[in-house]
Amino acid sequence: MGIVSNMRRTAAVAGFAVAAALVSTSAIAAGDAKHPEDREWPFEGIFGTVDLASAQRGLQVYLEVCSGCHSLKHVAYRNLGALGFSEAEIKVIASGFDVPDGPDKEGEMFERAAIPSDRFVSPFPNEEAAKAANNGARPPDLSLQVKAHPGGANYLHALLTGYVDAPEGVNVPTGSNYNPFFRGGFIAMPAPLFEDGVEYADGTPATVEQMATDVVNFMQWAAEPEMEQRKKTGFKVVIFLIILSAILYAGKRKMWANVDH
Amino acid sequence: MSDDTQNHDGHSGSRRDFLYLSAGAFASVGGAIALWPFVDSMNPSADVLALSTVEVDVSQVEVGQRVTVKWQGKPVFIDRRTEAGIAEARDTPLDDLRDPETDEARAERPEWLVVIGVCTHLGCVPLGQTPSEPRGEWGGWFCPCHGSHYDTSGRIRKGPAPLNLPVPPLAFLNDTNIKIG
Amino acid sequence: MSSGNQQPVGDGLVKWIDTRLPVFSYLQKEYAEFQSPKNFNWFWNFGAILTFMLVMMILTGIILAMQYQPNTMLAFDSVERIMRDVNHGWMLRYMHANGATFFFIAVYIHMFRGLYYGSYKNPRELLWILGVVILVLMMATAFMGYVLPWGQMSFWGATVITNLFSAIPLIGDSIVTLLWGGFSVDNPTLNRFFALHYLFPFLIFGVVVLHVVALHVSGSNNPLGVDPKGPQDTVSFHPYYTMKDSAGLAIFITIFAFFVFFAPNFFGEPENYLPAAPLNTPAHIVPEWYFLPFFAILRSINFDVLFIEAKLGGVIAMFGAIFVLFIVPWLDKSPVRSAKFRPVYRWFFWIFVLDCFLLGWVGGRAPDNLVFEGLNLKVIHLGWLATFWYFFHFIILLPLLGIFEKPKPLPKSISAPVLGGGSAAASATAKPMEKA
Repeated sequence: MGIVSNMRRTAAVAGFAVAAALVSTSAIAAGDAKHPEDREWPFEGIFGTVDLASAQRGLQVYLEVCSGCHSLKHVAYRNLGALGFSEAEIKVIASGFDVPDGPDKEGEMFERAAIPSDRFVSPFPNEEAAKAANNGARPPDLSLQVKAHPGGANYLHALLTGYVDAPEGVNVPTGSNYNPFFRGGFIAMPAPLFEDGVEYADGTPATVEQMATDVVNFMQWAAEPEMEQRKKTGFKVVIFLIILSAILYAGKRKMWANVDH
Repeated sequence: MSDDTQNHDGHSGSRRDFLYLSAGAFASVGGAIALWPFVDSMNPSADVLALSTVEVDVSQVEVGQRVTVKWQGKPVFIDRRTEAGIAEARDTPLDDLRDPETDEARAERPEWLVVIGVCTHLGCVPLGQTPSEPRGEWGGWFCPCHGSHYDTSGRIRKGPAPLNLPVPPLAFLNDTNIKIG
Repeated sequence: MSSGNQQPVGDGLVKWIDTRLPVFSYLQKEYAEFQSPKNFNWFWNFGAILTFMLVMMILTGIILAMQYQPNTMLAFDSVERIMRDVNHGWMLRYMHANGATFFFIAVYIHMFRGLYYGSYKNPRELLWILGVVILVLMMATAFMGYVLPWGQMSFWGATVITNLFSAIPLIGDSIVTLLWGGFSVDNPTLNRFFALHYLFPFLIFGVVVLHVVALHVSGSNNPLGVDPKGPQDTVSFHPYYTMKDSAGLAIFITIFAFFVFFAPNFFGEPENYLPAAPLNTPAHIVPEWYFLPFFAILRSINFDVLFIEAKLGGVIAMFGAIFVLFIVPWLDKSPVRSAKFRPVYRWFFWIFVLDCFLLGWVGGRAPDNLVFEGLNLKVIHLGWLATFWYFFHFIILLPLLGIFEKPKPLPKSISAPVLGGGSAAASATAKPMEKA
């Protein structure tokens, strides 16, 4: 029996998949932005989970710092239950936002306080309003930012903490800010985080570094709310399939043992 | 099993059969479980479930007036009943009813009757919410599809419908706010 | 299967049905008793794997279509709603998205298998051609499916690929307008892509049926490329190959599941998680990995050839790269099927495989990037070389090898090398690629 050659073939199949994958992922690497530092995140790896305390603080950073310009429109207030907030707390958070509704019986649109079933209310009614309020640059929605950039979490953390003075000889256009991690180096968003910009309820010192980490943890959860469930299910599925493969393979060996081939 | 694999060694044969059986069992169980996500995806999704309760402000509803609100995609009839309507509903003997239920059990606060406005026959919306619509022989609602008559407590009195108009889960948050669901 | 002299199988209800509609005797004949060469290696598993993937893609696709909204205003959000709110929606969508990747992995292995063992040769030419038809339909389906989430890559991929047709002289622009249903990729485009993306898998299914019918007429090829000489060379499909196919399929699904649950976006483009912005092209537009080799060929023709402009030339080359597969059975003149007995072709086969990987690598990079710092070698130069080799392999090498290559002696039968009854060829052949 050619076990070794079987394995070689299996390896060849796997190698094909990996090589194909390398081709697709390395394609993105080009660009003139500074490469972000590779940090360790609690959600990484097949055992990774959401750091609830950090993500809760991150929500606070989002609400107090980011939400003035950035929407989070794919996340609903009710989803915050997964971050450990109670129903009553969620109602309070939601009621801080006004959401357009209507028409009422007279045919008029009106505003009402948001309720848990609403999605996060966007700061601007539409893209044009967002642009008009921000010198023509539209603040992107934050629901999917972690998934929308290669190495999303590292990139966002580097971006948030990476504001520096422009090097000698670099002219920063008016209305732009220098950030070497942003493609092209000039970003419309001014540095958003400052020491003690928020006051954490749990007493964690609100350094820029801490706030950036927290808000990235929050955005990661916002981008992949299914992550923990996905990994948990994945474990059961993959272990099941490995056992099934082993049984079938053993059965195949047994069956073919009497065939000269 | 084809002949050329007939194995006369009992021990090896039983191990082989065990392998085939467990492979078959494993694969069938796995296949059956794998179907569940496909089926379950057709159940109400999280955003639909989140809308399963509504709060209604009824402070503007006058005596004798009926309003319709939407709950879970269905019309809910809210009737601020007149004294006569209440009396009629409460005085009806249970023997006269196809689906015996007391009005006290259906309307916790007698002035307010809240029922799901879907005929229990085949799902049409009965008439009677506005003064111009027919209310049937018992002054409640009348279903135009197959002629079911409901009384002022929303109970079936005549026609093909088998059951009373159901009362949704209700809670009076205060005198003017009702939570449905 | 339609012959009237076939005895109905089973008893009771099975027999009653089989007398009137011989499905059971068909299954019995074509999938149970069906005699297959006994020397298949694991590369022969991919037919079963592909059948499974097609069914899986259709099932997840139908379920996703129940939740998806084919409208530019709603499409992106409806996909996110599937990911977040629909029960198990994330699982079904990741199965569908990664399913496309694994479908192509399997189909490419299946095709390289066919090329290595000469599975396209007489009498299997039509079988091969039907396979290439399936590949073309798969590519169209995958392309349109990728547009549906209406992310940045969806939109710009659709724009770039539909614009290929504008290279056609005279009527090109009219064709593009027709494809779009407007003057840019917009709602009508998305809507029709959705309709066709739903339709095509069923066309694929139909061609797969023909593919299998054709296979069962000629019987399977095998690693030796020698026809079975009698019952000593074959085994019944069931249980031998149903068992082996199940084992291979389970292993394949295990790898697939790993990506679905632990690295679901590994093969995806991050940019496609940004909603389509028709006024804002991303810095790098890259197709999905399975299109990269063809994309590289398209871009490699960046020069005019006689009166053919570069743009049209690229399009012709890209479609030519697929078309040439149709005529492979007539380009390869060698009477020997399996590369095992073709010492020269075997080397060129592996060079061709490497060439395809090189094309894929080139397709994923900006053409003007330098391959090595300091060396003035650009990606496009490698693209020229790899594109040239792709066509050289099929159009020049294959016919020449058929004339000049001296094949090794073939074994007398499939059983011969194993039983030691063959000639010197037996010992030489039993080693490398065979499962024996």
